[in-house]
Amino acid sequence: MIALLSDYTLQTVMMGALLIGVLSGVLGSFAVLRGQGLLGDTLSHAALPGVCIGFLIVGGRSLEGVMAGALFTGVVAALVVVFLHQRTALKMDVALAATLGLGFALGVVLLTYIQREAGSAQAGLDSFLFGQAAAVLRRDLYPMAVVTALSLLMVILLWKPLKLMSFDPAFAAVSGLPVRLLEITLTAMIALAVVVGLQMVGVVLMTAMVIAPGAAARQWARSLSGMVLLSALFGAIAGVVGGVISALAPGLATGPVIVLTATAIALVSLLIAPHRGLIPQWYRRRHRLQHTSTDRILLTVYELAREHGDWRYRVEQGAVDAYHGMVTEPLLQALVERGHLQPVRHMPDEGAHWQLTDKGLAHAEDCAARWTGGSRLRRSEPVG
Amino acid sequence: MTWLAEPSVAIVLTGVMVGMSAALLGSFLVLRGNSMLADAISHSILFGIALTWLLSGQTSGPLQIAGAALSGVFAVYLIELLTRTQRLRDDAAIGLVFPALFSIGVVLINVYARDVHLDEHTVLLGEIGFVWLDTLAVAGIEVPRATLTMAVMLVIDALFVIAFFKLLKLATFDRDLASALGLAPGFILYAHLTLLSGTAVAAFDAVGVVLFITFVVVPPAAAFLLTRALVPMILLAMFMAALSAPVGYALAILWDVSISGMMALVNGFFLLIAYLLRWWRGVRAGRAEALVQPPPSSSA
Repeated sequence: MIALLSDYTLQTVMMGALLIGVLSGVLGSFAVLRGQGLLGDTLSHAALPGVCIGFLIVGGRSLEGVMAGALFTGVVAALVVVFLHQRTALKMDVALAATLGLGFALGVVLLTYIQREAGSAQAGLDSFLFGQAAAVLRRDLYPMAVVTALSLLMVILLWKPLKLMSFDPAFAAVSGLPVRLLEITLTAMIALAVVVGLQMVGVVLMTAMVIAPGAAARQWARSLSGMVLLSALFGAIAGVVGGVISALAPGLATGPVIVLTATAIALVSLLIAPHRGLIPQWYRRRHRLQHTSTDRILLTVYELAREHGDWRYRVEQGAVDAYHGMVTEPLLQALVERGHLQPVRHMPDEGAHWQLTDKGLAHAEDCAARWTGGSRLRRSEPVG
Repeated sequence: MTWLAEPSVAIVLTGVMVGMSAALLGSFLVLRGNSMLADAISHSILFGIALTWLLSGQTSGPLQIAGAALSGVFAVYLIELLTRTQRLRDDAAIGLVFPALFSIGVVLINVYARDVHLDEHTVLLGEIGFVWLDTLAVAGIEVPRATLTMAVMLVIDALFVIAFFKLLKLATFDRDLASALGLAPGFILYAHLTLLSGTAVAAFDAVGVVLFITFVVVPPAAAFLLTRALVPMILLAMFMAALSAPVGYALAILWDVSISGMMALVNGFFLLIAYLLRWWRGVRAGRAEALVQPPPSSSA
């Protein structure tokens, strides 16, 4: 393992993956919060013509040229999206999808042009489609590191305005911030994340690196700074784990492996994060269901019937649910099995309704008498 | 009848039919504001293509289309599922699901299908230039397989849209009204997306999954700029998409570049023309208005 970690190529891959993960994690957080995740998709597909243009101008597979080209077309694509959205009646989704498709088409055309003109010199240019960790050289790390450092510096300097823009753009506008400029900055940040990820993740899948770490961090964090730091950590883990796996298993494209790692992190976060996670939520619901007695539900129905002056009053299930703050159907069913309630139809196309039976009424009156009467019951807090 | 197997005829014909079926279904998608689902579906079918290949060994034919189409619908279902948890916005849900399915597809191909005709570059970029190589004898006539598949898909798509036109229209423009009337808008929309993924699978051989998005979204967008009536919009979109095939083919031959890429790119040119036409119409209307109408008086 130690020998493995000191392997020169592997070190390069890990450092590159680390840079990509941290940067896309940090910049992606803002995209996720602003609901702009798919802009990353468009910008990354539109980076393909930029890769080709950079290759044509600089004349070779130098990463600086390719990155500059990709950044250029990424920004142009963002401008096209804004133009289509604001100057025509087309909606945002159409503007994004159209720019994505056309940008990629231009890239494909340029790719075939380069194949014809440059012949074998272009070898490896299509590794930018899916990313190839093995293609990363030590000297490629410098431009990636420079872009990452500048972007992180920008985030730190612009922290407060970016925060405001992410949560309340309207307030940011009235408080006199240069909203237009900040929006361009945020968009350019997504383009920067794409550019750094080009070589390892590739243009097709870069969108996942913009979205997945941020979406994962969102489930755990309760503050923006926490979310951004966690997102950077998740991005770094996904990058390093995915990069190493694909470097060790030749023939595996790097991008997909990194993306699958990031997606796995996001899914696990969705499931187990303490407050927003689905499993904790399910557990809390079940706990609440188990700790609410059926007698309490019966009394709710009883009280509602009493308030309406009709022991056969048809109580809507929604009212019982709302009162107890949970789905009470299983408990209502249990009461039906005991013969205390019966399901009834109120009017067609309305939710389930429930009605006291004679037995249920008698039992509810017993309970009410035992629990010092209805007045206190009504004041008692609903569970949850 | 050997002209059908002629390379240029087969290529252009396939391109025309890809464009027509994509624009036909895409019009409803664009109107519904769900264009990025085309992106999600067309990427996700790689998962289905790889999986059906692993299970059945087939890279074409009805079984493969159906299997891969299901993976497109599966992606849409997953996106809805994630959005319904209210933990993610729909853009993040889309952006999580389709790269994941696409990645699984690429990894499966990387691991199991090293020397098969199936490779991720073809899936991504398409090889419409080679459609004439793979022919099939139908009633004694040699027909390129991809052309035949696309023709069948186009007929199915057209029959679907014609048969359910009213329902589709209602579900597209007013889903709530459709469900209030007791119709099943969810069902018809899923059927529509199923056909869209089926068409994407049929087209991937020819134009690749990413360029397919261009045919789905750009011609309807261009048509939308020019007309606000549904039927003319669909027909105009189909016409532009169909026209992009011969024009794109000619330009690709002229400049010796990717045929499918050029066909897709021509749609962008149509979008530009549509925008300019609309702008010119606006300028002319503005001028006519200025000539005819009296200047608005402030007292009124």
